[in-house]
Amino acid sequence: MIASDVRAHARAEAERLTRLFMEAGALPVEAAILQPAETLLDLYGEDIRARAYVTSDPLRGEMMLRPDFTVPVVQMHMESGADPARYTYAGEVFRRQETDAERPWEFLQVGYELFGGTRPHEADAEVFAILQSAVGNLTLRAAMGDIGILVAAVKGLKTTAARKAALLRHIWRPRRFRALMERYAGRTPVPATRKALLAAADPFADAGPEIGLRTRADVGARIAALREDANSPPISGEEVALIESLASVREDAPYALSALRDLCVDLPAIRPAVARLSDRLDAMAARGVTVETLEFEASFGRTTLEYYDGFVFGLYAPGRPDLPPVVTGGRYDALTRVLGRGREVPAVGGVIRPELVLRLRGAP
Amino acid sequence: MSLRLGVPSKGRLMEKTFEWFGARGLRLRRAGSERDYAAVAEGVDGVELVLLSAGEIPAELASGRLHLGVTGSDLVREHVPLWDMKLRPLAELGFGNADLVIAVPQFWVDVDTLADLDAVAAAFRRRHGFRLRIATKYHRLVREYLQASGVADYQLVDSQGATEGTVKNETAEAVADITSTGDTLRANGLRILSDGLIHSSQATLFKSRTAAWGDRERAVMRQLEDVLAL
Repeated sequence: MIASDVRAHARAEAERLTRLFMEAGALPVEAAILQPAETLLDLYGEDIRARAYVTSDPLRGEMMLRPDFTVPVVQMHMESGADPARYTYAGEVFRRQETDAERPWEFLQVGYELFGGTRPHEADAEVFAILQSAVGNLTLRAAMGDIGILVAAVKGLKTTAARKAALLRHIWRPRRFRALMERYAGRTPVPATRKALLAAADPFADAGPEIGLRTRADVGARIAALREDANSPPISGEEVALIESLASVREDAPYALSALRDLCVDLPAIRPAVARLSDRLDAMAARGVTVETLEFEASFGRTTLEYYDGFVFGLYAPGRPDLPPVVTGGRYDALTRVLGRGREVPAVGGVIRPELVLRLRGAP
Repeated sequence: MSLRLGVPSKGRLMEKTFEWFGARGLRLRRAGSERDYAAVAEGVDGVELVLLSAGEIPAELASGRLHLGVTGSDLVREHVPLWDMKLRPLAELGFGNADLVIAVPQFWVDVDTLADLDAVAAAFRRRHGFRLRIATKYHRLVREYLQASGVADYQLVDSQGATEGTVKNETAEAVADITSTGDTLRANGLRILSDGLIHSSQATLFKSRTAAWGDRERAVMRQLEDVLAL
């Protein structure tokens, strides 16, 4: 049970935010509460089942209670396609809580999303400034990151395309990313079974029957790829150290920027991404954002925001690590690429949680 | 109120449970005919014996309707979120041993570890347009294990029986299933990954932390602890 006056206050706050976003030029949109599970499962894999409620419809199959608005809003935009386009929405989202009974399983989100345009740094700054000023009467700590810089660094490594692709695939799973890095750097010993496989005259000698959809040719192709990988030189210790230093940059934005510029000397591949960060910070400052105290973390959002492939940010209540961020957002061009079936639109946006705003404001 | 003890109502698991308690001085037996589930515990006063399907015992313990219960540790971990806040294992009973493992076709000679499985899942998804399917009935345990190991591009498909046959039937590419010897997996052309052991399960006596523990129940529990040498 949620007390009805708390709910009414949260709704009123959501309406206030919606009006602000509409004044900024956003078109109000809605999304169905029940979303086809297939799309979400295809995007996020089994992990989404731990976060979203699954239900089913006899005719439509598995459905999910929307865990956020991003996917339906992207789909809607890809069909209409105005450029640029600004949208706002407000409504409940639903999250399964498997490990923390204190966290709410149903709460309001009010979003502001910006699609298209030709100046991404301006779009990033616009979204951040509008969301931050919408909760401007609260004292919040702002943090940002940029997955694009890490992506650029990996793409610039002096190693094979296959290794880069494997590392990029696991950008959002830091543990696996690190394990891959260690292996490609030759720091983890090659398992005995792998050595035996690559040394075998006939790897299929005791293989057993060929069953299932993965064919013998698929297995053969992977063995060939493993052979090629075994013959490729290791990623150098310097490069591993550079990636580690990059991933651990965490300072107020101006200092972070100068640390990143220093890293550009040895990692020239990140230069364009660092220049974009610099442009973004300038655009934010021009909109009145205090960038001097904005914390930059190169690994921000790396474990939670798959498909957020550039600018990412969050606003937190200081001294309240028990509370989730009040505001979160970022750029998700990669998501439009996956959902757009060949088409791709630059997209950046964020959400505010009205219940948290009220709680921090100390309202009833 | 008496102390409610839940034990499996059928088969070897029931017999072994009766033996385990009997050997320690708490005699469990069915009271009525073969068909009804009335049962009594003798040796310690105030114990109410409840016969239940092993699969129902975890939820009954978690909700506090049982004070004590015997069931597989795999079932508790699968079906009770935050199980260690609601239940406390008191004794492993030494039977009902079964391992929950991940197995792949034996002829996947290139796959020995979860890291291999992850790499193969990426290639499989590129080639077939859908995620590599792992058949299981232990969705939570398998998902948590694969997530912690950083495996991506897989999906779990539900299989409530004959899971070993799903690869041959092309409804899954790999399985996560319970095995005690591995024989059935081998007979179906499957091999366990070297780091594919998700959980080693056995029949375990659990105590509910959520049940009502009044003076009476606590007194009975102290006696039980003496008798069972817990």
